[in-house]
Amino acid sequence: MANTTTDKAKMADATPLTAMGVIAPAVGWLIPGAGHMIQKRWIRGVLLFISIVTLFLLGLAMQGRIYKANGGDILDILGFVGDVGAGALYILTVAQDWGQGAIAFATADYGTKFMIVAGLLNFIAMADAYHIAIGKKK
Amino acid sequence: MTITLNHFSAALVFSIFASIVFGITHRDNTRDMVRYGLYCFAMFLGGVFVAGWAMWLLRR
Repeated sequence: MANTTTDKAKMADATPLTAMGVIAPAVGWLIPGAGHMIQKRWIRGVLLFISIVTLFLLGLAMQGRIYKANGGDILDILGFVGDVGAGALYILTVAQDWGQGAIAFATADYGTKFMIVAGLLNFIAMADAYHIAIGKKK
Repeated sequence: MTITLNHFSAALVFSIFASIVFGITHRDNTRDMVRYGLYCFAMFLGGVFVAGWAMWLLRR
């Protein structure tokens, strides 16, 4: 027989899905830090924006390679997943055909990793924006 | 425009920005964010030195 007290406790712990809980991470994906800014966490949002955008742009400037959607080996797929986390930066880079990579430059490999990490850090920022939206964090 | 960073500079820049993001996203109040960010920065940079010396030992 089901334990109704336990079920009620579990339902009380579940957080209701709010509009901001969807909008904040979505906006935060598109523009790094924007998910925090729309919730009036201005300083955090600006710092996240500066950090993630700078990492990505430095990666491009170091002639790093951008990964596009592919069905190749696991590392290429993971590279794509990381890159796509940068949101509008990724969309713009692919649209402009930047990020072709340059084998001739030794630092191009660093640049590739910078862009992947920028995307992954933005995923973390999105999760943080979501937690703020649902009240799990101040 | 091409930027060329040596390995240490690249690691330093990475550490700074990753630490800022970690500090903001992993702690609740400003003081804790700053402290955790500095801790992460120290770990990143310390890791670079430790890994560098470990590789030197291996090569030796």
